[in-house]
Amino acid sequence: MEDKLLEYNMTDPSSESEEVETWISHYCSSTGHDYFVEVFEDFIEDDFNLTGLMFLVPYYKEALEMILDLEPEDPLKVPSIPMFEHSAELLYGLIHARFLLTKTGLQIMAKKYDEAQFGTCPRYYCDGTRLLPTGRHDLPGYESVRLYCPCCCDVYVPPNSRYLNVDGAFFGTSFVGLFLKMFPEVERNCIPLRKNIYELKLFGFRINEMSYSGPRMKWLRQYPEDPSVLDEEDKLPPPRTDEKDDDGDVKLETDQENRA
Amino acid sequence: MGDKSIDQKVDYYTDGSESGLSEEYWVDWFLRAKGNEYFCEVDEDFITDRFNLTGLSTEVSHLQYAAELITDALDLDSFQDPVRQEIDADAKHLYGLIHARYILTPRGLTKMMEKYKLAHFGKCPRVNCYFNPLLPVGLYDVAGQSSVKLYCTKCEDLYIPKSTRHANIDGAYFGTSFPAMILQAFPQLLPTKTNERHVPTIFGFKMHEHAKWARWQDKQRQEMNKRIQQYNKEQQNIQQLKAQPNNSTPSVQSQQSQTKSQSQQSQSRSPSAQPQVEAA
Ligand SMILES: [Zn+2]
Ligand SMILES: [Zn+2]
Repeated sequence: MEDKLLEYNMTDPSSESEEVETWISHYCSSTGHDYFVEVFEDFIEDDFNLTGLMFLVPYYKEALEMILDLEPEDPLKVPSIPMFEHSAELLYGLIHARFLLTKTGLQIMAKKYDEAQFGTCPRYYCDGTRLLPTGRHDLPGYESVRLYCPCCCDVYVPPNSRYLNVDGAFFGTSFVGLFLKMFPEVERNCIPLRKNIYELKLFGFRINEMSYSGPRMKWLRQYPEDPSVLDEEDKLPPPRTDEKDDDGDVKLETDQENRA
Repeated sequence: MGDKSIDQKVDYYTDGSESGLSEEYWVDWFLRAKGNEYFCEVDEDFITDRFNLTGLSTEVSHLQYAAELITDALDLDSFQDPVRQEIDADAKHLYGLIHARYILTPRGLTKMMEKYKLAHFGKCPRVNCYFNPLLPVGLYDVAGQSSVKLYCTKCEDLYIPKSTRHANIDGAYFGTSFPAMILQAFPQLLPTKTNERHVPTIFGFKMHEHAKWARWQDKQRQEMNKRIQQYNKEQQNIQQLKAQPNNSTPSVQSQQSQTKSQSQQSQSRSPSAQPQVEAA
């Protein structure tokens, strides 16, 4: 699994030979921000990429100036700097989520992915599959960043609390999907791992499905022996709305109450 | 199939201070040591009962001394260094092996249940498990094969401990049967399962391949529920037939069947459960 996704020779054209640490490089190198990539300045300078963000970020103009290390038009009043700083972080995060969806953004993330900078899957049978950061919401303020495993296709809470302050929206919901489309080998490498499912055993014997403590979640990790059966799913009439289907949960719940 | 992490078994044990510090009980010292949070306290009479050490002499060379050290009946300082260190390491290894046996006894299960409730073994990292507590488990009952893993009672999957301190503990110190055993002993620990799962989306649309896979999995689950429903119905019929003749002798058997039929009654009382599944 050590193969590299691509050859990298990307350099930010706007950040050549800079001595001074920019706001962006400082932000990305501070504690808990190591999932972030440095967004190219020319991406931020293109107004098109910022469409709509003005309405989400208070002190938008000041925040933008701060991110780009521009001298403010109106000299900043000292007490308001923390407020602007907060806005700048929010604005940067939202721009970051958009940048990740560009070809360059995806490539930089691929480099971090290759280096396992987002960690590896905690699930035993995923055998150290590298993770990708993801949000489950595209609007900020809902949930902190989560990690997606391309092998079990599940999402995990980062192992360290320092990521609790990183909003999931700064990575967004679409990044993982686009990443998997751009680098299909990531999922292809996972397929052999998907055949392993843990079964609880008592003195070497599997617990019978009919037992009340028998397996109920096998489906969650199940992958068909013959993947072509998945195409059958296409030909069938649209599925029943499973979100409302109670066959599993209600029964198990009543089981539960009776035993307790 | 063994994994890499287990080689450091010895390293892991020697990184702490040496055991046998005077005023403290050996077991207290062991349980307090960093990284040993998963272990519970094994009763002294369990360790001193020779029967419980059956078969361990091949695993632990200084078995007698090690058992004495654990129960504070040995002065470690009366030994010279290579042997002294061997006994020290043996005691830790022996404690782990006894521990695996002890936690399958009623007292051991109770202690581990308390630890489970306090999430001493950590919480499931899976987002849709909502921090459900974990249980330690080994992949082998033989020592030296593989490190301890964590079982989630909600998603029924296996995870690697977050901290390397824990990831280096031998899985045989907990054994392969422990989670199944504790769930048999305390079925109330079984959490409610959920159908929630993650399907990646691009601009709000589920990725096609993943959506297909998820639909296929849903079908597997529905089939499972049908099988269980069918089985429960058959059991219910059997119970009803059994309940008709006299049930004057209150044996363990009839008590069991009573609670069972009670649970089935309340199940059929809940309006949502049965009819919907039949329609499915
Ligand atoms: Zn995984
Ligand atoms: Zn879980």
